[in-house]
Amino acid sequence: MKTKLWLLAGAAVAMALAHGCKPKGAQSALSGDAASKVYIAPGQHDEFYNIISGGFNGQMSVVGLPSGRVFKILPVFSVHPENGWGFSEESKPMLNTSHGFVPWDDLHHIAISTTNAEHDARWAFGNANNTPRIARVDLTTFKTVEIIEIPNSGGNHSSPFITENTEYVVAGTRFSVPTGDEANRDVPIDTYKENFRGTISFISVDKDHGDMEIAFQLEAPPFNFDLARAGKKKSHGWFFFSTYNTEMAHTLLEVNASQKDKDFIMAVNWKKAEEYIKQGKGKKVKAKYAHNKWSEDTHMATSVIKDEVLSLDPRELKDIIYFIPCPKSPHGTDTDPTGEYIVGSGKLAAIIPVFSFTKMLKAIENQDFEGSVDGMPVLRYESVLHGEVEKPGLGPLHTEFDGRGNAYTSFFVSSEVVKWNIETLQVLDRVPTYYSVGHLMIPGGPTGKPHGKYLVAYNKITKDRYLPTGPELAHSAQLYDISGDKMQLLLDFPTIGEPHYAEAFPASLIKDKQVKFYPLEKNNHPRVLKGINDARVEREGNKVHVYMTTIRSNFRPDNIEGIRVGDEVYFHVTNLEQDWDVPHGFAVKGANTAELLVMPGETSTLKWVPDRVGVFPFYCTDFCSALHQEMQGYIRVSPAGSNVPLKYSTGVAE
Amino acid sequence: MKNISSVNRILIAICAALMISAYFTPLWQISLWAPQYPEGLNMKIWIDRLSGDVDIINGVNHYIGMKHIGVEMFPEFTYLIYIFGFIIGFGFLAAIIGKRWSLYAFFAMIALLGIGVLVDMYLWGYDYGHNLDPTAAIKVPGMAYQPPLVGYKELLNFLAYSGPDTGGWILAVAGSVMLYAVITEILKSKKEKVLA
Ligand SMILES: [Cu+2]
Repeated sequence: MKTKLWLLAGAAVAMALAHGCKPKGAQSALSGDAASKVYIAPGQHDEFYNIISGGFNGQMSVVGLPSGRVFKILPVFSVHPENGWGFSEESKPMLNTSHGFVPWDDLHHIAISTTNAEHDARWAFGNANNTPRIARVDLTTFKTVEIIEIPNSGGNHSSPFITENTEYVVAGTRFSVPTGDEANRDVPIDTYKENFRGTISFISVDKDHGDMEIAFQLEAPPFNFDLARAGKKKSHGWFFFSTYNTEMAHTLLEVNASQKDKDFIMAVNWKKAEEYIKQGKGKKVKAKYAHNKWSEDTHMATSVIKDEVLSLDPRELKDIIYFIPCPKSPHGTDTDPTGEYIVGSGKLAAIIPVFSFTKMLKAIENQDFEGSVDGMPVLRYESVLHGEVEKPGLGPLHTEFDGRGNAYTSFFVSSEVVKWNIETLQVLDRVPTYYSVGHLMIPGGPTGKPHGKYLVAYNKITKDRYLPTGPELAHSAQLYDISGDKMQLLLDFPTIGEPHYAEAFPASLIKDKQVKFYPLEKNNHPRVLKGINDARVEREGNKVHVYMTTIRSNFRPDNIEGIRVGDEVYFHVTNLEQDWDVPHGFAVKGANTAELLVMPGETSTLKWVPDRVGVFPFYCTDFCSALHQEMQGYIRVSPAGSNVPLKYSTGVAE
Repeated sequence: MKNISSVNRILIAICAALMISAYFTPLWQISLWAPQYPEGLNMKIWIDRLSGDVDIINGVNHYIGMKHIGVEMFPEFTYLIYIFGFIIGFGFLAAIIGKRWSLYAFFAMIALLGIGVLVDMYLWGYDYGHNLDPTAAIKVPGMAYQPPLVGYKELLNFLAYSGPDTGGWILAVAGSVMLYAVITEILKSKKEKVLA
């Protein structure tokens, strides 16, 4: 009787449980010998440099592929105590803007310079979203050498994308804003449609030196500009921008900007814009913005505030802008290596539309329009379409190419990378990403010559990939081998900051071009010292200039007296070493800035305002030799108004 | 009608007592897993309230236009406590009465309650999964998001599970025990008829 009862109860439970054997999740194991494919033996070099945006930390990170090892954190829009960037007197002007010193930004995208649509890897460009700026990093020194602020922009997201010979870097505004004079900018927000403009800036890049200038701004309709890609090869001369909020809503965009079935890819004929400029059709308008340049000659930055830009109004100047309808809230817009195809990734769409540049030109020629926006033609979707990738996945974001006719699209919602054929639009393969993926990257992927060997997926939400670290977990990247028919996961590696876009190029392009040290004879810093005999201290009113040298393993001078509370003390430190990898550091107790990290042959200045009486030590922060720990000195600070004479020395051996 | 066996009388009382657990344990659970939620999102349905990651589930689901899940969505919460109270009370009464009809009636009440709850859950799930906000950001053509009644189901990038929780299992055991009691009584009555 009793056993029967338990059997019955047991059967009921078993039946209920059997109903749901949990289907297998996406936790598949690695297959094959993945480890050996990413293993770089000690002393060996990685095959690719991967320059990864740091997102909200305003930095770039330099990573090797396939190992995933981090080589360097490179400050761009952020101050960086590690090397005194933004703290030294020479580097402070780099972070100047029309709003003053802005030592942070939100860096999303990387563009590596190209020639003939192939990476030349001379410079890396990065965007600042928050206080709109574009930076240029020199890849022989891995140093930020130029930052230009973008006026009339709010949220510089659609940047920095470059043309095939790095003629231009673009900066499209995410937030449309009222532009022009102050009176034009003080308008009610609900007059958005009438008074706001979506400015696109074309920044020219000097082909020899990289110097940037804002060549012109296009006053586009008040959409939100998300991403962009230049045409290349046959479509060279054109630029394609993805737009959202073509509804032109100004509140609760989550709902109000997601209603239309199609937004637009904005095609810009920048060659046409150049023609108009030659004809004098652009007009100069007032705009305040900072332009900061680093000089490797003087080892210092200068910041110039500029006050006007050249503006083109495409409502009047025809044939610059055409709109391609694209479902639905396009995020990425990517041109394939041939330049023929433009892939729109409607982040809310269930298909991927692929447009044909040839068909676009034909539609323009035939005036095959389905409407217009402020007089700018909207092309007929069907006429421009090459075809749609059916059922690719959910939430397509970005597409890169392998150079073998295949495209790879990241899917945020369904958390996967999908490989498909550009011509046939057939889905060929898909791999899960752990977990929600944002950008993806193939070395050379955005260029005309991709190296279709690896693909890196940069993850947005990566719970439980690594040991947990409190509420904020590591951000992640995942490396896939794409050389075969099937994509294969090789490696997880954590990243610095939230990675957005990244680019990678063969290490051989730059590794032999690295600057090893700065020749002292070419150092034209106004406070440089060419030898230890010039070391000295000079007082100019309440300013004290300490001209200091460093060499293994001493500072000259290392005893300084006669400084008073409230003085502004400037330590101009010249590193006399002329050898690779021998920087010296300099730090002084209580300094309100950071240390300096002075490269061989470089001069750098730290400002220190002593706030109390005492003897203060200073020392070298970068381990430089067996006697690094002995590389130190003292500064005596006397009360304000004291008569202690100014004295400095580096004594002889006691 | 005939008296039931003393064992079955005790079982009725035990089952009625077991049902009291419905007031102290969650009855049902709905769970979701997705790549970005590897640890899963869990919602528990109690006799008169919800608990668990309801807010997170609402946050995730609003992109596809699903309604905000809240207590106000379940009018059942206001009267379920009384239905349970009535059935439990009747159970104890049935144990005291000790007649076959009282056992059958008690079992019928539990069975009807079970069926009723499942039908109710299905209707709720249907409405929740089909009645989408037309202004939702993400619209997938032909897609409905009705959660599974019992078991697992893939919904976009989510794997959804629906099934009994602690209280639900206790109720299932109570129902099974009563089914057992009913069967033994029916067999016994057949035997009696044969003998008569
Ligand atoms: Cu040193």
